[in-house]
Amino acid sequence: AMAGQLAGFTVSLCLLGFTVAVFEDQVGKFDWRQQFVGEVQFALFDTHSQASKKLLVATEKNIFASLNSRTGELFWRHVDKMGPEGHIDMLLMHGQDAVVVVGNGRLLRSWETTVGGLNWETVLDTGSFQSAAFIGLQDLVKYVAVLKKSAISLHYLSNGHQKWVENLPESDTVQYQTVYSGGNGQVFVLGVVPNSHIVIVEYNIEDGEIMKQNSVAAPWMSSLKSSCVVVGIGVLLCTKMTPILLQVTTTLQFSDVYSRMREQFEFCTSVLKWLMSFFYFLFQSYLVSFATTGEKTVAAVMSPKNETACSINLFSADTGRRLLDTTIIYYMDPNGGKPTKLYVHAFLKKDDSVGYRVLVQTEDLVLNFLQQPGRVVWTREEALADVVTMEMVDLPLTGTQAELEGEFGKKADGLLPMVLKRLSSQLILLQAWLSHLWKLFYDARKPRSHVKNEVTIETLSRDEFNLQKMMVMVTASGKLFGIDSKSGAVLWKKYLENVQPNSVFKLMVQRTTAHFPHPPQCTLLIKDKDTGLGSLYVFNPIFGKKSHISVPALPRPVLQSLLLPLMDQDYAKVLLLIDDQYKVTAFPSTKNVLQQLQEMASSIFFYLVDASQGRLSGFRLRKDLSTELIWEVVIPTEVQKIVGVKGKRANEHVHSQGRVMGDRSVLYKYLNPNLLAVVTESTDSHQERSFVGIFLIDGVTGRIVHEAVQRKARGPVHFVHSENWVVYVYWNTKSRRNEFSVLELFEGMELYNSTVFSSLDRPHPPQVLQQSYIFPSHISTLEATLTEKGITSRHLLVGLPSGAIMSLPKMFLDPRRPEVGSDQSREENLIPYSPEMMIRTEWFINYNQTVSRVRGIYTAPSGLESTCLVVAYGLDIYQTRVYPSKQFDVLKDDYDYVLISSVLLGLFFATMISKRLAEVKLLNRAWR
Amino acid sequence: MAPLSSSFIAIISISIVGFYMQFGDCNNGRRVVDNVESDITGFSVPLEHSFEVDDVPRFRARGNIQLKAGRENGVFLSQALLSEKDRSLLKDVAAVDGLYRIRVPRVSLQSDRQTDRQLEGYLTAFIRACSLVESHLSDVITLHTDVSGYLIGVSIVTVPSACRGAEVEDEVDLEIFNTTIGVMAPVNAPAPETALYIEKMEQEMDKKGKPQEQKSFFAKYWYLILGGAVFLMATSSAQPPAGGAREQS
Repeated sequence: AMAGQLAGFTVSLCLLGFTVAVFEDQVGKFDWRQQFVGEVQFALFDTHSQASKKLLVATEKNIFASLNSRTGELFWRHVDKMGPEGHIDMLLMHGQDAVVVVGNGRLLRSWETTVGGLNWETVLDTGSFQSAAFIGLQDLVKYVAVLKKSAISLHYLSNGHQKWVENLPESDTVQYQTVYSGGNGQVFVLGVVPNSHIVIVEYNIEDGEIMKQNSVAAPWMSSLKSSCVVVGIGVLLCTKMTPILLQVTTTLQFSDVYSRMREQFEFCTSVLKWLMSFFYFLFQSYLVSFATTGEKTVAAVMSPKNETACSINLFSADTGRRLLDTTIIYYMDPNGGKPTKLYVHAFLKKDDSVGYRVLVQTEDLVLNFLQQPGRVVWTREEALADVVTMEMVDLPLTGTQAELEGEFGKKADGLLPMVLKRLSSQLILLQAWLSHLWKLFYDARKPRSHVKNEVTIETLSRDEFNLQKMMVMVTASGKLFGIDSKSGAVLWKKYLENVQPNSVFKLMVQRTTAHFPHPPQCTLLIKDKDTGLGSLYVFNPIFGKKSHISVPALPRPVLQSLLLPLMDQDYAKVLLLIDDQYKVTAFPSTKNVLQQLQEMASSIFFYLVDASQGRLSGFRLRKDLSTELIWEVVIPTEVQKIVGVKGKRANEHVHSQGRVMGDRSVLYKYLNPNLLAVVTESTDSHQERSFVGIFLIDGVTGRIVHEAVQRKARGPVHFVHSENWVVYVYWNTKSRRNEFSVLELFEGMELYNSTVFSSLDRPHPPQVLQQSYIFPSHISTLEATLTEKGITSRHLLVGLPSGAIMSLPKMFLDPRRPEVGSDQSREENLIPYSPEMMIRTEWFINYNQTVSRVRGIYTAPSGLESTCLVVAYGLDIYQTRVYPSKQFDVLKDDYDYVLISSVLLGLFFATMISKRLAEVKLLNRAWR
Repeated sequence: MAPLSSSFIAIISISIVGFYMQFGDCNNGRRVVDNVESDITGFSVPLEHSFEVDDVPRFRARGNIQLKAGRENGVFLSQALLSEKDRSLLKDVAAVDGLYRIRVPRVSLQSDRQTDRQLEGYLTAFIRACSLVESHLSDVITLHTDVSGYLIGVSIVTVPSACRGAEVEDEVDLEIFNTTIGVMAPVNAPAPETALYIEKMEQEMDKKGKPQEQKSFFAKYWYLILGGAVFLMATSSAQPPAGGAREQS
């Protein structure tokens, strides 16, 4: 009976509903996903048929995808392994099939391009990949050749089987870089001995026998790859930005090579003819791209027109003449970067002239697809595939709301002005209401499909429950985005030039939108990873405009930044930056701020972590903004290395100080806001001896509050530190599984000082409880939900490698879960301990909207206590809302207003009528 | 400079290991590093403190921490009385809300490795001087070690640790430290408790299984049988009169 009760209890608990799944009609209502591909490396247009909309791209992020060239949307996408293993070396397309070489020549794959299915896959011999090309025979492509550093192999296009493989002659001196076939049975391999000569080897297509071998002096040539392309029938065209004269001679020599080889003297002269006219453009052009349609080969050349625009022109590769009416003007985004890559899609128009579209990629990873005469068909912001950090900022109040707020904010200046101001603001309100009514009336007359609530920067305003916010995203390429959290629309963007690719970003909200008329203010600290030198970029997070506030110069490497709760007279929080000489720079550094800092100096502490030496040290601010070392903890790096340090989030609220136990007593939580969780990993990686260390250190006093070692464990460790608990995930090397562990800290049955917490005045160490669980999946990232007041129960948001985001109730990670359930534990709603944590599919908050390679999850509270806003980012971006305790403060969507109001009305009338009847009855009785 | 000295120490350690190997139990207590005194049963580490009105640390000896290797609670602190001068200084520092700092050298508590594993630098901690004065020098010092026995941190708290501005009149109260010292090594974090759970599940299975087996067919389906019987009775009680009538006729 006991067991049955227990099981029933567990089941009922589960049924009690941690169901966070959505209904079918709610799909996409509160959430959105955007998918990206990253920086494009190869782009090919489907020239197979005129009506085709396919654009195949292979990117730096090891992604092979098909885009709709009319809309820019994804048809399909294949996400390969990260790192060099999944790197796409080459993309070729023939008809319906695309051939891809992956992982430095490790794999050869053929894809069907309509639906993205795999035709075949072949494992290639080892060797550094150089090039690949289709090999034609009687104008029919039957093979694909793969050129490696010292060998060339030929594969059937139909099934990937190898036809032959041959070693290359003198491969230790000659760098073979290009393979090419003229279409009638030969395979040419081009190699170069840098600054000496070019080697051309011709192979027999049938058995791989060397037919001819040629070498031509080319002392100007260092590499074929960077500047040369094979165009047309056996012509290698090289572009070089260095002097024109040399360019001409080089091309001459090279056409000479081909003329000897293929005995086509006439070609040499044709090249000469147009080179002169062409080079003028080449010299000052940005980018050149070639395309072939039908019999015609064209070159698109992009050259700068003026400061803000570039012009793209089309040239015939045969004659070198500029084709008429082919100019596309490309306007550069003032908040973007310069174009870096150009891809051309040429097609024959009905009148047999050549038309074309171009795909332009810029420094800030924007993909623009343009068609004549310069219309942008679509744009993709691929920088968003690599979001580094983000913040959510409240939207500003509307003009009218702000006006009212302003009225209360300003100081009183006499009775009459106040009355007038009040009247004027009431008038404004009336006006706004009337215009709103008018808009409603106007919209009602229009058909429904025309009514669109386009979000623009002008119409941005906070909604009733503050559910719509501005997402400020910082990407690795140095581009900032302002995205509307409701629709996912990019409202502003700003490309920061001169940001080093390995920079570290830290985004801080110095002033929120709450301080009208002061604009909100965000500060981005950009730190070079190698030198540690930092710079600040201050901007308005709502409009993306750079602030004109003078920013302190940071001549020395920045070690630590600290956003204090102190505010200056303009309500901007004070940012402290500590340099490598332990000097502190304040921003803003007005007199007011400096004065406050002097007063507060003795209670401002900060910590530094030097992971390379295992050193954690604490400092205290002095009145003159210098610092003094006050504590030091050194974890020897011979044994373990620090892999992560996390404090608590500053905007976190904890509603209850303790937990009510089964016997009605209270177990108080140890809520130390200065607590740091430090995670280490052992240097010894042997599976029996490796361990993960967890240190809980007070950031003010340096006191080690708790120290635990998880034996036979190793990283990667993901952890969350919040409230009075730390949850971490590690890999158990012995049992070969992932495990969750939770630490909870309690003060005990009595609170030491219930009014205020001070790290300097907490003599008793907390009680620490810990429990571990088996988790059946790897984990990509971990975060905890956050709500306005902290009343709602907490969930953990777990990003899984499968792309699912799981909302795991913290209730299941509770070290007080008893081995055997008792009445008291049931009273307390504790679930009996089970070592394995199940993954329930209804916990997935993103149903089928998987987030590839999820790297981080950001949570923000909304105006509703029940609701937490969640953004998961990785390759994709997914935004949704979660309700950890269900929507206890919201009426349901299908709430029956009609029924309730009719019942109310009915009751009202019933009481009225019965009252009347009662009166009549009383009167009658009185008469009797 | 730093790598040079460490290699020097390493060389000495090798010579000592060789020495031990040759002369088994003959330990003459070589003092290689002067601030770590070793003897047969344990060794001691100096505990230093600093309290200055100008808040610039100048550490001086407070006492010696005696450590006994490999033993629980094998730590003792021997310390001298606070001198007259120090007492007044401490009160002065407390009056300006200065800091009282302590430090210990970074050592390994594994005694067989003490000489070669003396690391550079110190571990420091602090409290407000006023709390030390107000608690009449009663403090708790904890030495934290990592898994391999290295000291990684030291912490000091006083009980009570609040500064309420209480005047300490009696000088005697500030003479003797009333110190509790302890060593804290990392605890082993629990792994998922599978064995107990499986045992529990098995017990449950047993409990569940037995009664089901014992239940007879009748015990299980008595209500069906009863229902069937009642139904039969009802139908048969309705039929007999008709049957009877026919029989009679």
